[in-house]
Amino acid sequence: MVSVNPASIPQSPLVAGMKCRVCGKQWPVSTTNFCEDDFGPLEVDYHYDRIKPLVSRQLFESRPNNMWRWKEFLPLNGEPTVGLHVGGTPLVKADRLGKAIGIENLWVKNDAVNFPTLSFKDRVVAVALSKAREFGLETVGCASTGNLANSVAANAAAAGLKSYILVPSDLERAKVLGTSVYGANVISVRGTYDEVNRLCTQIAFHHGWGFVNINLRPFYAEGSKTMGYEIAQQLGWRTPRNVVSPMAGGALIGKISKGFNELAAAGLIDAPKTSFFGAQATGCNPISGSVKENRERHKPVRKPDTICKSLAIGDPADGFFAAKLIRESGGWAEDVSDDEIRECMALLAGTEGIFAETAGGVTVAVARKLVRQGKIRPGEETVLCITGNGLKTQDSVAEILPAPAVINPQLPEFQALLVNGAPPVRKAEPAMA
Amino acid sequence: MAITVNIPPPLRPYAEGTDKISLSPADATTVAGALKVLVTRHPGLNDRMYTNGQLRPFVNVYLNNEDVRFLDGEFDAPLKDGDDVAIIPAVGGG
Repeated sequence: MVSVNPASIPQSPLVAGMKCRVCGKQWPVSTTNFCEDDFGPLEVDYHYDRIKPLVSRQLFESRPNNMWRWKEFLPLNGEPTVGLHVGGTPLVKADRLGKAIGIENLWVKNDAVNFPTLSFKDRVVAVALSKAREFGLETVGCASTGNLANSVAANAAAAGLKSYILVPSDLERAKVLGTSVYGANVISVRGTYDEVNRLCTQIAFHHGWGFVNINLRPFYAEGSKTMGYEIAQQLGWRTPRNVVSPMAGGALIGKISKGFNELAAAGLIDAPKTSFFGAQATGCNPISGSVKENRERHKPVRKPDTICKSLAIGDPADGFFAAKLIRESGGWAEDVSDDEIRECMALLAGTEGIFAETAGGVTVAVARKLVRQGKIRPGEETVLCITGNGLKTQDSVAEILPAPAVINPQLPEFQALLVNGAPPVRKAEPAMA
Repeated sequence: MAITVNIPPPLRPYAEGTDKISLSPADATTVAGALKVLVTRHPGLNDRMYTNGQLRPFVNVYLNNEDVRFLDGEFDAPLKDGDDVAIIPAVGGG
């Protein structure tokens, strides 16, 4: 247990304040997440000149392998108090998947095994709830498509915080159970994610609670940067040519980029030349749609229609910024069908032994599509961001997988299977254009 | 009955602390018209909500809990007695 009251700790000298992402105006650190001048979202701003002399590759490498080894770049005033073991996930060299989709130098950043709830959301929640305790908040919550619900519920339980989790009523059963089990107050809302989100904004205003992806969002989003730091360190303190990231609210892709840029600002890596590629499902593609149609602002999707619930945000808060980053970095965005998502979940599992949720299928399928389009060239080193675990979305892939052969416990029956060629085989074959 | 326009807590300091205004259907016939009445009654809100005469990009407006961008006519969607208009910052989620 933490013996000090986090609310009594003075503001970190490394945090400059909050900065409007539209007009650049500085605001004090608080639970207001937007600029009162123009409604622009606020982002945490740091004194990089003060951080630079404090950090080194050796310092970071000497610390335990979790997201808090990067604490100088995170917006807490004191030590973290929630999610102490989050992060430090594997970066897997994915040669077999690479061969299947046509990328010679491919890596998978595997947050499907993030602790404790098997998605990258543990990174953002660890920061948001640690910050909530610094603000003295006792009740926290979120609007969620599932992974965030799991993570807020688990981390709030471990921290002794009361939580209210609001989810769309069509969410996968495993994601609901994986929230209720932690003792959270789970509320199933008849509506889309965006309607849930609007309701949560109103609840946060009226009750003064800490909603991690609403009034705590500027702090929450900073947690995603740790995925970027880890990728760069795991590659040997350098950045890849390409990153392919799934997009729901659109924050992750931008925060990986911010992470790379901060390491460069601290003199730890060369200036990044990474192109960022965004992945969505065709049934909910506001950001990839705006990139492909060259529109500055995304067109919101009223009723998302995809098996990929975790990316089903029709009006993404960071849509504008994600599309801008993609364009300016020389990347691109694509979207894929439900069939392609299922096929590529099985492809990732069958080539690399990694069972990702539907969003992982989206990312792999989009990467394959980008190679076929020539937007990613085979020789370019590419990192795919896998953000959630397939055990949470088993139903979505079940229909394309073969049922196991059933035999009696007799050797001849097994041998007959071999002769007849009946042992189960993956249906999803590597498919080159 | 009347038409209500709800002001979110962070904007209330610019509206003399008011949390909502009531209009009659004669005051405004569309969502855009109702917002114009709002900033006329509380001029401090004008610069917060508009830039160069256009609604700022991170301001979301709802009519009876539906995002105005999904309505026929969008901001020109017609109002009727009893309607509820809400202004909510578009910076949550994800």
